[in-house]
Amino acid sequence: MMMEFSTWDILRNLLLAARWTILLSLVSFIGGALVGLLILFLRIGKGRTGRVLAAGYVELFQGTPLLMQLFLAFFGLGLFGIDVPAWLAAATALILWTAAFLAEIWRGCVEAIRRGQWEAAASLGMGYIQQMRWVILPQALRIAVPPTVGFSMQVVKGTALTSIIGFVELSKAGSMVTNATFQPFTVYGLVALIYFALCWPLSKSSQMLERKLNAPHSHH
Amino acid sequence: MTYQFDFSWIAEYLPLLLAGIAVTLELIFVGALVGVSLGITCAWIRALGPCWLRPPFVAYVELIRNTPFLIQLFFIFFGLPSIGVQFSELQAANLAMAVNLGAYSCEIIRAGIQATPRGQYEAGASLAMTPFETFRHVVMIPALQRIWPALSSQIVIVMLGSAVVSQIAAEDLTFAANYIQSRNFRAFEAYIVATAIYLLLSILLRQGLRGLGWALFPRRLP
Repeated sequence: MMMEFSTWDILRNLLLAARWTILLSLVSFIGGALVGLLILFLRIGKGRTGRVLAAGYVELFQGTPLLMQLFLAFFGLGLFGIDVPAWLAAATALILWTAAFLAEIWRGCVEAIRRGQWEAAASLGMGYIQQMRWVILPQALRIAVPPTVGFSMQVVKGTALTSIIGFVELSKAGSMVTNATFQPFTVYGLVALIYFALCWPLSKSSQMLERKLNAPHSHH
Repeated sequence: MTYQFDFSWIAEYLPLLLAGIAVTLELIFVGALVGVSLGITCAWIRALGPCWLRPPFVAYVELIRNTPFLIQLFFIFFGLPSIGVQFSELQAANLAMAVNLGAYSCEIIRAGIQATPRGQYEAGASLAMTPFETFRHVVMIPALQRIWPALSSQIVIVMLGSAVVSQIAAEDLTFAANYIQSRNFRAFEAYIVATAIYLLLSILLRQGLRGLGWALFPRRLP
């Protein structure tokens, strides 16, 4: 059966698929933040093994293509004899990938807190956990917000790769609609604009937050 | 888990893997060369160029930075031919990587240019240099040196991102892995090997760029 697609039909189908891009981005970001926190505490903690393991994890996920990680999640989970749906492989790989980047971003923020702050907290008789909770994290959190928001944009763009292992989101919908309409210029142009509409507010708010939250530091 | 790993196919497919590595290296070499040149040009216009010339470059940078590389690649390879601009797989991959890196490196290099102390421009002007000569001889090299680590990381990121050019059938390392697993059905092993090679390439590329930095900028920054 042949069907005529108007530009409106194309846009409607793409927007419907964009819901999956948004959902997968949210799942990856929230899951990645939780795993990332775990990696962060291993990375900056006192245990030597934990630090080495966390550093290796970050190097592994930052030093290999996200596409390979998706393939390995897709085929690797299959080795356990379960039938892996594309969304599961996509979410697993994206969560692990996001965790590595967030852990590294946050480590930079914790290490940006001056040594004297640790020493001051220790001189008040605080233990490691208390130093973290009351002195270091509140300050680190402040500088961590802009780069974290900025990285959320990378997650949205990263979800585009899940189309390659067959998860139907915005990019995959773009390919499918192209195959049905033979209008790649219009379709991929619209897909790009929808991604732009999703990412641009994130990158702008990251820049704005950076200016706003940095204000007290700009005096010296 | 009763799965038996089998890596005995590596010897047979070694030439294919090597050819894939060569294409990936060629892509990042050309992509980095053209992309960084594009980035320097855009950064110069955005930081110091005439006001009326800036908006299109701002639009270029924002458009590229806020859309996925995969879509940029598809737009160039599948979209542009319908308005009469056609590329081979490799040309499209090279172009997409250069355009992508151009936008990111523009922002990075611009930060380096804007960190130049005012006195440097005044010193250039007092030696009767034109604004362009000042940029070329006084501003650009220290600016590049300042942001070299950030630029190196971005080049590594683009190299890793190049894995998706296999989707338009450019025969890079990922394409080789796809081909191998379609022949011997050893998907997990094929991608593990490709992943390990990518990890090695990214480590080597990072070291190579650090060495290049030392060679290009022998003088320490003040």
